[in-house]
Amino acid sequence: MSRIIATAAIRGAHACVARAEKMLSETEERHGRDKAIGFEATAYALPVTLALLGKRVMRLGDLDEVLQEIRRWLPPIPDSDIWLPYLGGALDAGAATLIAHETVEALKPLNGHDLVYDYWLGPTADGILREQGIKLVDGRMPGFAACVGALPDDETAERLARDLQEKNILVFMGSNTNGETMAGQLHRRGVDMNWETFLVPYGPDTSSIIHALGFACRAAMTFGGLHPGGLKEARDILMYNKRRVFAFVLALGDVDDEKYATAAGAINFGFPVIADTDIPQILPTGICTYEHVVSNVPYKEMPSRAIEVRGLKITSLDIPIPVRHGPAFEGERVRKEDLAIEFGSKYTRAYEYLKSRRMDEVEDERIRVIGPEIGDVKEAAQLPLAIFVEVAGRKMQVDFESILERHIHSFLSEPMGVMHLGQRDTVWLRISKKARDAGFRIEHLGVMLLHKLKNDFPAIVDKVQVTLFTNKEDVDQLYDEAVAAYRRRDERMGAMTDESVDVFYSCALCQSYAPNHVCIITPQRLGLCGAYNWLDGKAAHEINPHGGNQPVAKKELLDPVKGKWKGINEFLEVATNGQFQSFSAYSMIDDPMTSCGCFECVACVLPGTGGIMVVDREYRGNTPVGMNFSSLAEITGGGQQTPGFVGIGTLYVLSKKFITGDGGLPRLVWTTTNIKQRLGEKLRQRCAEMGLPDLFDKIADETVCTDLEPLIEHLAAVNHPALGMGEMI
Amino acid sequence: MDPKSRSVDPAAQQMLSLACEQGLQTAWDRYDDMQPQCGFGELGICCSVCYMGPCRIDPFGEGASVGICGADAHLIVARNMARAVAAGAAAHSDHGREVVEVLQMVAEKGGASGYQISDPAKLRRLAVEWGIVVDGRPEKDIIGDLAREMRSQFGSQDGPLRPTFRAPKRQKEQWEAIGIMPRGIDREIVELMHRTHHGVESDPIALLRASMRVALADGWGGSMIATDVSDVLFGGPQAIRSRANLGVLEEKKVNLLVHGHEPVLSEIIVRVSRDPEMLAAARDAGAEGINIAGICCTANEILMRQGMPVAGNYLHQELALLTGAVDLMVVDVQCVLPSLPQIAACRHTRVVSTSAKARIPGAEAVEFDPKNPFITAREIVKRAIDAYKRRDPARVNIPKESMELVAGFTTENLPTYMGGRFRSSYRPLNDAIAAGRIRGVVGIVGCNTTRFVQDEHHLALVRRLIAQDVLVVKTGCSAIASAKAGFMHPRTALEHVGPGLREVCETVGIPPVIHMGSCVDNSRILTACIAMVTEGGIGGDLSELPVAAVAPEAMSEKAITIGLYAVASGVFTVFMPIPKVAGSSVVRTYLEQDVEKETGGKFLFTNDVEVAAQGVMEHLAKKRKSLKLSPMLYESGAPAGDNAASRPAVAFEEPKGVTALGCGETQRRSQSRPPVE
Repeated sequence: MSRIIATAAIRGAHACVARAEKMLSETEERHGRDKAIGFEATAYALPVTLALLGKRVMRLGDLDEVLQEIRRWLPPIPDSDIWLPYLGGALDAGAATLIAHETVEALKPLNGHDLVYDYWLGPTADGILREQGIKLVDGRMPGFAACVGALPDDETAERLARDLQEKNILVFMGSNTNGETMAGQLHRRGVDMNWETFLVPYGPDTSSIIHALGFACRAAMTFGGLHPGGLKEARDILMYNKRRVFAFVLALGDVDDEKYATAAGAINFGFPVIADTDIPQILPTGICTYEHVVSNVPYKEMPSRAIEVRGLKITSLDIPIPVRHGPAFEGERVRKEDLAIEFGSKYTRAYEYLKSRRMDEVEDERIRVIGPEIGDVKEAAQLPLAIFVEVAGRKMQVDFESILERHIHSFLSEPMGVMHLGQRDTVWLRISKKARDAGFRIEHLGVMLLHKLKNDFPAIVDKVQVTLFTNKEDVDQLYDEAVAAYRRRDERMGAMTDESVDVFYSCALCQSYAPNHVCIITPQRLGLCGAYNWLDGKAAHEINPHGGNQPVAKKELLDPVKGKWKGINEFLEVATNGQFQSFSAYSMIDDPMTSCGCFECVACVLPGTGGIMVVDREYRGNTPVGMNFSSLAEITGGGQQTPGFVGIGTLYVLSKKFITGDGGLPRLVWTTTNIKQRLGEKLRQRCAEMGLPDLFDKIADETVCTDLEPLIEHLAAVNHPALGMGEMI
Repeated sequence: MDPKSRSVDPAAQQMLSLACEQGLQTAWDRYDDMQPQCGFGELGICCSVCYMGPCRIDPFGEGASVGICGADAHLIVARNMARAVAAGAAAHSDHGREVVEVLQMVAEKGGASGYQISDPAKLRRLAVEWGIVVDGRPEKDIIGDLAREMRSQFGSQDGPLRPTFRAPKRQKEQWEAIGIMPRGIDREIVELMHRTHHGVESDPIALLRASMRVALADGWGGSMIATDVSDVLFGGPQAIRSRANLGVLEEKKVNLLVHGHEPVLSEIIVRVSRDPEMLAAARDAGAEGINIAGICCTANEILMRQGMPVAGNYLHQELALLTGAVDLMVVDVQCVLPSLPQIAACRHTRVVSTSAKARIPGAEAVEFDPKNPFITAREIVKRAIDAYKRRDPARVNIPKESMELVAGFTTENLPTYMGGRFRSSYRPLNDAIAAGRIRGVVGIVGCNTTRFVQDEHHLALVRRLIAQDVLVVKTGCSAIASAKAGFMHPRTALEHVGPGLREVCETVGIPPVIHMGSCVDNSRILTACIAMVTEGGIGGDLSELPVAAVAPEAMSEKAITIGLYAVASGVFTVFMPIPKVAGSSVVRTYLEQDVEKETGGKFLFTNDVEVAAQGVMEHLAKKRKSLKLSPMLYESGAPAGDNAASRPAVAFEEPKGVTALGCGETQRRSQSRPPVE
């Protein structure tokens, strides 16, 4: 009977709002109304408050108005006999609770309580959101679970976490049950908790769970291109979450008034509540897609029940290996003391090599380990390794070899207890004792590859055969062939230019999140997420002809300098419902490409320098335009054309077509040390090719300056070529 | 006389016993006196249109088969029905015009003192809908434009009638196809009256279609405008608690009953009754306060917006006066019995008529002037206080029955109750219907009639339908019947509800029977249906929705007009009793079958509540099937017992009749006396 829930939620909301009011007035007394307030590394102020009220809270005083407004949302507590309708009121009370929680969380640091300590991660930075967003987009992460409270014991907590990880569900943890927290339980079990492992502990108070909803609100604003404003905008943001962000709440342990109130807030987002205790259920649908509150669910069934109630689409692949597997385990590290066996890095030669064969040359599902197996060597032994994958398929092409091979990293990272780093001949692979004790053998690496290749690339891979060499002779023998193949592929890719092909590929993989955006991927300009190049697009189209990657015929060349083609423009007009008529592949000024939300870098014009800067999403500091990455991203993203701002993949900087319409690489005057390190030698080479061997060192970074004035002085001092090229706009 | 054969309401039964004991005549007695009623009239085959008549057709085929002019039974039945429809539409629309005129006065300088805009948000919403520029204009100008535009709908010669823009596309296409898209409201009524004049329209089907056009002008015109403007002037209702039945009369307070239909005066009377000066006057007269309660649709108007208690529905109007506790009853228009002054004369009660259109011999006339509403209202409250002084406590018999209820639901607030400020929508309702939690939505509306035991059909249908997971929406006297019986009590009503509907009611916190206002507010049911269509998933137009309408105890001409606009709008509509159409197979066949091909809706005429219930259930099943909705989650539902029909939802104390009122053996004997043949 949901009146009990509504009553508790409304009662809880009154308490939460009162607490926020008290805390605010105390904090104002201490710091004054002008004191700046906000979470770190976000351009969305207090994101839930921004989404629901359209108000950017910058100072303490701004919160007065916010709290006055949400107090108006609180309905009276329903009568126990002649009640008035309470569902709408409870949802409003829930929304008020969320804003009260966010207020409390934002005020904590001003009252001497850090949000980040021990294993608690506190609010999420925009950069992480964008990075994780890609996983939401491409389906690696079907949704997130907000876990509120704690499990009865540590072991159950780990099992639940592992179950969720295995389904690739992002796990947010917050609140406590009688002082015990789920994150604390996992910590005691030695479970890695961070964004890489999909396990994110927010904080031990119920109010900390607001960061999960802040994540949801920002997902809508970042990827959905939704702008906060009034009630309608708030509603759009909530509906975006209902339709696209498959999240749910797991209520663990006793549910008190405050948790009920928080849950009511989450239901506004269409996030249902699955509880382990015997609380009343709310089964009729409408606010959520399916049931609103489902209770008394045993821990073992919680993930599957949640998936059903939230309507998640999970294609779980049953691979016969003795350990759990899934992208959530990708981020796990195997430490030296946990090591069972190790390959590669500086210790031994280890590489992976995928080769396409004729159909009759491959014996399907054949997996061989040639050389010692895991049980044949002493603990923590270091062996050489060659992972030799032979595939055959009617539609397989030599061009696809590199694509499939590149996936070996993610495939082999997925088993729990296996760590895989690097690619080609820079592989470093470790298998943990736990995995070995569970029965994992070197052979299982092959099993993993076999199943994943066939599952993920069914249209091009018909047969797979894997040979794992662990003896030095064989490893060395195959090595030369592998290196020759690497070189051949690089040459082929290097020779491929925009002029040498007739079609480009569209990429609309993010359209479930960024409905207004479409990428055009050319051989010399990879997707802005950095994850898809032209060949990927080609392969993806081969795999699924009706999917997000479509070939787009270039047709007549309209503008060779800016990079405009008739066919591209025609496609664009259809794909964006007439919103855009023209794209430039090589200009960020004239009809630049749109950007979704998951771009690796933002390129932005720097007025007064004649140049641009490129900022990566990991960079948290300020930039010479006076904005950090988050603020820049907000202007750039959401599927709009913003002249002077464009989202790009990092490697595009190295392309011979890098903004050639606007002057090319010599325009680059400022970037981050991250990017300089990542592009390093290749960028130097590229500069040299252009006849500007000293350009690399003339490009400033945050160690030189983060303001415009000193930058201009620096550019003048080093005589940067951009200064002589004239203003871009 | 067995009071149980007259009303299922124990309070009414007590008062009927008292009337009998004291030899006072009520509508039921006059009904008995009228028996047997004219069979020709009942079949609708008596024509008194011209002065050659009256003519009557022999239903058995032995006597005259046509009237003097040559009109056959089909034409006569259709013509009589058309005239009833015109009268009903005229009543609602004149009501609509009245409130629009008050709205216009708000805009005019120096006019309508005391009236103001209570729902500025709805005013703006309406203005935008009606194509009036709102941005940057003073409110008075917007009001003026809106009122003028609305007022013009009555006298307009051209169509289509503005509010029909709200109708789904399919309905509008169908109306255009058979030529019933309404033009100006008055024009449609005038034209229909013309066509029923001697020697004009002789095609019964053409007359029935013309009647639908008039009915649409009511439902989508006069009524819809009346509802919208009343909300703007007096506030869009919000869910509100109150009580219903004669027990709301208070022994120690001045009891002032408002009866009739229009809210323009009653709203002001409610405000005046809260005036400290008036309260002081009441105290000086020895009363503890002023109790304003309502009868009929005025009751619904002030219940919905002010939470004022409801004394009863249509057949309670005389019974309320019999309590001896009513100091003054103020009436305006429609459904006011001319007998009231006679009954009042047996008590100290004063009856005050206020409408220039409705004078009642024997009543005091205080003509209502909308320019000075407070003067009229004060005068009336003062007279009530005066009357209180003359109340004879020895003759006061207030039945103790009164039931708690929740009312105040509208098309606008229902989605908010289902989703809050952010997620407000009809999705939860549509989902519940699609998923088989709710079988459908049925509007049960209309009056009381002496032909049936008071409230019996209303309650029987409610019981049957909610037990089968049907959400019931209500207006008018039917709503009051449900309220009195406890079906609008959110807790106790749930005991009678099917498991699927129960889940929805418990989730949202609503009773299974939703009070949506007075009889003009049937337009709210129309707009709610539009909202359900717009939300999507359970039908692309009104005729595809799993909904139905029932008028189980219809009495007035307005009822047939409402029924006809429901049918013309695509809704399956049960009308009880059979409304004087039984004399024509052509009329019955058209209205009960053929019209469905033209509008998607049709009538079911019956006197049997069981047939009605089955008809509704079959219709909902048919609609669910053609929409391919999920099977019902709980097909068996809650069992509805054999005596469900007459059993009120809440166990009232067994009425003790005359003994409860302290009457003696004489009365008991007089009651057991067989009727005089």
